[in-house]
Amino acid sequence: MTETVVIAEINKGKVSPTTNELISAANILGSDCTLVIPCTDSSLADQVSNISGVSKIIAAKSSVFTNYDASGWAQALDSVAPQGIIVTAASAQSKDLAARIAARRNVSVVQDVISIVGTTLSTPIYSGKAIENVAINGNVVVSIRPNVFAGVSNDGSCEIQVIDASGDLSTAVKELVERASARLDVSEANIIISGGRGMGSPDNFSHLEAIADTLGAAVGASRAAVDTWDDIPHSMQVGQTGKTVNPNLYIAVGISGAIQHLAGMRSSKYIVAINKDADAPIFQYADYGIVSTWEEALPVLSSALSNMLS
Amino acid sequence: MFIGDTMVKIAVLVKQVPDTNSKIQISNDRVDLSSVKMVMSPFDEFAVENALLHKEAVGGTVTAITVGGNSADKVLKDAKAIGVDEIVRLDCTEYMDSNAFQTVISGVISQDGYEVVYCGKSSADTGSGSTGPGVAEKLGWASVSNVTDIQFTDGMTVTVPAEGGNAIINVSAPLVVSCDKGSIKVRKPNVKGIMMAKRAQVDVKSVNPNPSNVTVVSQTMPAEKPAGKKFEGGQSAETVVQLLREEANII
Ligand SMILES: Cc1cc2nc3c(=O)[nH]c(=O)nc-3n(C[C@H](O)[C@H](O)[C@H](O)COP(=O)(O)OP(=O)(O)OC[C@H]3O[C@@H](n4cnc5c(N)ncnc54)[C@H](O)[C@@H]3O)c2cc1C
Ligand SMILES: Nc1ncnc2c1ncn2[C@@H]1O[C@H](COP(=O)(O)O)[C@@H](O)[C@H]1O
Repeated sequence: MTETVVIAEINKGKVSPTTNELISAANILGSDCTLVIPCTDSSLADQVSNISGVSKIIAAKSSVFTNYDASGWAQALDSVAPQGIIVTAASAQSKDLAARIAARRNVSVVQDVISIVGTTLSTPIYSGKAIENVAINGNVVVSIRPNVFAGVSNDGSCEIQVIDASGDLSTAVKELVERASARLDVSEANIIISGGRGMGSPDNFSHLEAIADTLGAAVGASRAAVDTWDDIPHSMQVGQTGKTVNPNLYIAVGISGAIQHLAGMRSSKYIVAINKDADAPIFQYADYGIVSTWEEALPVLSSALSNMLS
Repeated sequence: MFIGDTMVKIAVLVKQVPDTNSKIQISNDRVDLSSVKMVMSPFDEFAVENALLHKEAVGGTVTAITVGGNSADKVLKDAKAIGVDEIVRLDCTEYMDSNAFQTVISGVISQDGYEVVYCGKSSADTGSGSTGPGVAEKLGWASVSNVTDIQFTDGMTVTVPAEGGNAIINVSAPLVVSCDKGSIKVRKPNVKGIMMAKRAQVDVKSVNPNPSNVTVVSQTMPAEKPAGKKFEGGQSAETVVQLLREEANII
């Protein structure tokens, strides 16, 4: 069977649990999974020494991995990764990397995979309005949507091999600008609470922020909110021309559920909608719908969550 | 008046896709696009705008390139109407996997001597976001993706999202820039532009793609999601929190 290589997903200086999901996917695609961990300090890999489903762990150590540089990262990872099917996460950065590694190895890339049956991979097309099923022949690079595959457990044991990787940077970071708020970005969060035009004013987003803080969630927005209010930046926008998100839980508040908004969030694992209009399209996609104004529902939601989580 | 000492040869990749409002239907295992309205892929509008701003800042030419059949001439004319200099269509309607597709594009880019390529961060149909970085790798060029802002003073710097905020990055040609929506406004065509675009000649080139190793088996509708539970009144938020814990197991 084909060998597989998983590129670990790194988040906030740690190997993200998404990596366990990538290994599951790799184990469907082939055998003999090598986990490659891009790092500047190989102790990062110690954290996953007990991860299951792998036959080899490589800590690919290089100063190239300090900041993201597509070309340098692809070069460095290509130099240490064995041949085989390569699996990455479908985050914005890792999709970019997946495409570069594929081109470097002269193979194709299949992005945003949500199901694997034999050598048939499924990916959403037309923003999830349809699914494309493709057959792969030979080695490819595959990026996997988070929160779709169940992750492998952490009861294995595997020796970690540290390899110095090298790559040439082709861009230079001039400045890192931190977000004004310490809150998570929608692309990094496992729970998102988003507000739409129905929030009435940007000030009312403070109610969403309070709940987000209780849940460790990010705050998102519809395009109507972003376009109408200067205080709501485009970086919060979820949808066709915003971010595509796959959280465990997406709470839509005062959002009608236009097709372009759904494009960015319909594959969330659980969707909760709060809308005063019982006929709002968002309810067709919601696992749990609350027909109510947010003014009535959010205080109840907030105190129920606080009680449960305290 | 040009600030730079050379004229940059810029290419912008534009793709025709169904209007994002259109309903997608399947017939015979394939998406049926016969009755949908086709438009320029939304992020490509930002790519065109950035390409024009680049030209205006340093001098040069902008060529819009698409890969498709006759019907794709329309997006080229749309780009022409807002100011690109040349329009090129690589004539091909057959399916290409990412490797075959990027090989075709990078071949034309290097053959025709472009120095900077702009494209969308992902196309509205595939959503894959592979073209920019893939083409750059094939050319051995730098690439930056999900770019929301570009400055052309003091060389060229771009803004991209980074963990915890944004990174401002110094870049230089040769380079591929994949564009996200940013704060720039996309210009609209004027009457003169539209008239010029009507008369403009599309430079059609034939291409000879390599065989694909990834093939489409079928296109299908997504699995219906089972109907959810709907509650009346704000008080029900308490029930929903309960369900999120006990039924969904997520909080
Ligand atoms: C090319 C293109 C790209 C687009 N990209 C995006 C995108 O990326 N993301 C995106 O979101 N949209 C996008 N759109 C816009 C999209 O079509 C919708 O216009 C937008 O999503 C609507 O936002 P909304 O739901 O907040 O506003 P509305 O549609 O106005 O809905 C507001 C909702 O709030 C409810 N409401 C009002 N008051 C209250 C209250 N007190 N309590 C509870 N509920 C209340 C109303 O019942 C209504 O359902 C795009 C459109 C186009 C053409
Ligand atoms: N057939 C095509 N013709 C021209 N440009 C394309 C084509 N396909 C993709 N592109 C460009 O590549 C970008 C990313 O596309 P994709 O990799 O398919 O998500 C698009 O936004 C376009 O700029």
